[in-house]
Amino acid sequence: MSTRFTSIQLTFILLGSLVLLFIVAPLAGMFLNTTPAQVFETAREAEVRDSIWLTIYTSLAGTLIFSVAAIPLAYLLARKNFPLKKLVTGIIDLPVVIPHSAAGIALLGFVSRESALGKMGSAFGLNFVGHPSGIAIAMAFVSIPYLINAARDGFSGVPVRLEKAALTLGASPRRVFFTISLPLAWRNILSGLILMFARGMSEFGAVIVVAYHPMVTPVLIYERFGSFGLKYARPVSVLFIMISLGLFIVLRWLAKEKK
Amino acid sequence: MLELRNISRRFADFSLQDVSFLVERGDYFILLGESGAGKSMVLETIAGLTAPDSGYMFLDGRDITCEKIQNRRIGLVFQDHAVFPHLTVGENIGYSLHSARLSREKKHAKVKAIANELGIGELLARRPGTLSGGELQRVALGRTLIQEPSILLLDEPLSSLDTRLKGDLRRLLRAIHRKGQTILHVTHDYEEALSLGTKIAVIHKGMIIQSGTPADVFHHPKSEFVANFIGVKNFFPANLVTEDQVVFAYICNNIRVRIVTDVPGGEGFILIRGEDILLSTLPVETSATNNFKGIIEEIVPNAGGIDVTINTGIELHALITRDSLEKLGLRAGNTCWVHFKATAVRFIIN
Repeated sequence: MSTRFTSIQLTFILLGSLVLLFIVAPLAGMFLNTTPAQVFETAREAEVRDSIWLTIYTSLAGTLIFSVAAIPLAYLLARKNFPLKKLVTGIIDLPVVIPHSAAGIALLGFVSRESALGKMGSAFGLNFVGHPSGIAIAMAFVSIPYLINAARDGFSGVPVRLEKAALTLGASPRRVFFTISLPLAWRNILSGLILMFARGMSEFGAVIVVAYHPMVTPVLIYERFGSFGLKYARPVSVLFIMISLGLFIVLRWLAKEKK
Repeated sequence: MLELRNISRRFADFSLQDVSFLVERGDYFILLGESGAGKSMVLETIAGLTAPDSGYMFLDGRDITCEKIQNRRIGLVFQDHAVFPHLTVGENIGYSLHSARLSREKKHAKVKAIANELGIGELLARRPGTLSGGELQRVALGRTLIQEPSILLLDEPLSSLDTRLKGDLRRLLRAIHRKGQTILHVTHDYEEALSLGTKIAVIHKGMIIQSGTPADVFHHPKSEFVANFIGVKNFFPANLVTEDQVVFAYICNNIRVRIVTDVPGGEGFILIRGEDILLSTLPVETSATNNFKGIIEEIVPNAGGIDVTINTGIELHALITRDSLEKLGLRAGNTCWVHFKATAVRFIIN
């Protein structure tokens, strides 16, 4: 590969650097304005620790529970043609394009005590509003398209011939799915799961409508900013970013190791 | 025994029309046709991967036309092997044993036995990504044979292999057939058909246009397409013998032709293209080492020129131009000389 650049390539490099700077500069600024002592001090607060833990487990639970239905749907989308398939694909992408606060309002109506789902929950003593289960639902709502789309791409990449070969070897369609299609699409699915989990953790708009309390970290950051100002919101933000990044680096690394 | 009765299937730009043939137990049945003739489609229909629009299929007397794929007891080896990339060689071969009521040890022993038979016993722990084309082909074969299918369907199994590997795999396929396995093998290569088949059906544009023994099909092509497609009418069973470092192929009645080949000896077929045979009315001296005197039996014009049949003890077909025919004044019943070079004779080991 040539190491010399044409003028257009140099222009692209310059523009690209500006984009990178645009992403890195605010984050770097926030990190530089926060001392390790402040971060450490924040990490010792029970309210912060509880909120980070709540964020992680609600997003994880939402991702895992909804994946049980999302992965088969992705398989259908990859393998079958059916009437209104384009409409279905469009519906799946809806949560990405609608404002998340509006999604929260819609969800609130869906899970409130007056709704069918809410009544069903109440029968088991569960109130979704202001409850971790409601948070998990809100997180899953806005992040599920990432999993479905990644899994669909994964299944599309599995040669149909391999599934046919498995059928001729006497495997039932169910066994073909679990032993051929799913393992071969697994890398994409895993990356979709990680993306859904990450997107769920960072969700603010939909969650704050469904559950202000208990507070997930993005809501806590917003609350500290509103009540005490920028200075008090920064250490929590830095801590949350560090934990999120650490988590995703580990998950990505594990996914790679598995491969 | 596999029987196809009037199988038809229409696709957007292609259709199978009234495909019927019978593969009897123990046959090595070759479905011969150009690429795009519908060969693979026939295999996929038999295996159940595509359903026919009309017609019936019977396997060992059982109607399998609408049978589920997994219950057909048909083994299909795909042209590109379709070995599962995420499983080891051993797991690939043992894939179909999942439902068999066998202990782990017995399953493993079965996998090991079949892998050894196919010469891939050392590869059981390897991943398909690290294997050569020939090895992958054997994994695909082993994976299919372990189910002990009533019939083994092979889709162009030799097409992706180099010449040496082709020879190895042909020997292997013959060995599998000798053990009693019924095989339906799809190919576009007439050499493969001759070398392996006990029966041949020729398929063209989704229709079976001729079927029979290799001798029937090659010696008496029923249509011009078959004759042109097969291309070679001069094919004879022969025994290869080396005498004083010169290789001869002995055909029946002690007729022998000189031949240039790397094969040291054995049974097989020789092929001589009609275009490679020269005719003369006198015993002229040429560089050709095979020279025979014979009687002209028939002169038939065809698409490629004039097909002259000469009886020299064996029937040879020479393809000449109309100009040559007129210049030499050849007539049926005349005596003429046949000449061809040792290098014009191809040997296919059987």
